[in-house]
Amino acid sequence: MLQKVYDWIDERVDITPIWRDIADHEVPEHVNPAHHFSAFVYCFGGLTFFVVVIQILSGMFLTMYYVPDIENAWKSVYYLQTQVAHGQIVRGMHHWGASVVIVMLLLHTLRVFFQGAYKKPRELNWIVGVLLFFIMLGLGFTGYLLPWDNKAYFATEVGLNIAGEVPFIGDYLKTLLAGDVEIVGAQTLTRFFAIHVFFLPGALFALMAVHFILIRRQGISGPL
Amino acid sequence: MSDYKQQVSRRQFLNYTLTGVGGFMAAGMLASPLRMAIDPVLQPSRSGDLANVGLAEEDITTEPQRVEWKVEQVDGWYESEVTKSAWVFKNDKGEIVALSPVCKHLGCMVSWEGSEKYPNEFFCPCHDGRYYKDGTNVPGTPPPEPLDVFEQKVENGMLFLGKAHPRKGA
Repeated sequence: MLQKVYDWIDERVDITPIWRDIADHEVPEHVNPAHHFSAFVYCFGGLTFFVVVIQILSGMFLTMYYVPDIENAWKSVYYLQTQVAHGQIVRGMHHWGASVVIVMLLLHTLRVFFQGAYKKPRELNWIVGVLLFFIMLGLGFTGYLLPWDNKAYFATEVGLNIAGEVPFIGDYLKTLLAGDVEIVGAQTLTRFFAIHVFFLPGALFALMAVHFILIRRQGISGPL
Repeated sequence: MSDYKQQVSRRQFLNYTLTGVGGFMAAGMLASPLRMAIDPVLQPSRSGDLANVGLAEEDITTEPQRVEWKVEQVDGWYESEVTKSAWVFKNDKGEIVALSPVCKHLGCMVSWEGSEKYPNEFFCPCHDGRYYKDGTNVPGTPPPEPLDVFEQKVENGMLFLGKAHPRKGA
């Protein structure tokens, strides 16, 4: 049955070459842990991606309950955490995943750095990777505020003050992030929510696409 | 430019026109969202309304006292009453000084003679930050600059305070 559906589509739009191109390629021996166990260091990039997928999925489900409003944000998180079946687990996935993704990202970066895999012709991909790292930090920073508890509030206060120290444009940058000149409040929360859920993920997907396309075009770096 | 009769080819013409039209459409789509996003930066700074803090001028002594008052805070669509506080005293010249209690190190609350070890100073309990009576930070303690000073005025014998502003020097 499935095969028939596939054939029916493939006959019309010829999708086989598309997925072949994406999925059908050899893993070189020196990056395959089955051949050399030490090649597990090559897994960190993929693990980062895996955790990112978990973050996206768990985050999508969290927004079914979360409200980005200062009256209700904390209450909605509390409700989801205490009343909703498995809510604690989904929020736990998102909470812990946020830390795990940074760890994986750093391990991946260290591997690339110490193997010198960023060298010509792969400099551009290193740059894209660094941008991805900044996006991740931005996601962590903006997501931290959303539960709207004391820790979230004061961490944001500190973060905004750091932004305010940027030479020349600091004050504008801070206002732009906070949505108000002095208050970290209702407009800050909606802004951070929008940035966390729409703007940064959008940039993340675009850069991840570039990251992956580049590595497929250039191939993984050779053995040491 | 010697060739004054430079022809625009059909392809060039179409390229320019389509790029122009596309540019207008993109600008049209982005202008309003961008203006909306940067609106907070372009808001005129709120008029510094001074509020009556409920302290008569004659009650202000040379000993700093803590005053608290409430102001209406408008945060977008959310209006609330917030409590503000200040340390108020008269300095040697008889001028009223109103200092913000927010420590310039990491934002804890300082209090006058908050530590028995340091009389005649403002003391921050978080990291032992200290300020002299005029609000100047004691060198060698964590605060990087003096305490902020409130805008102030006296009307009908009552003290009115506005916003706290940082001052120069340290």
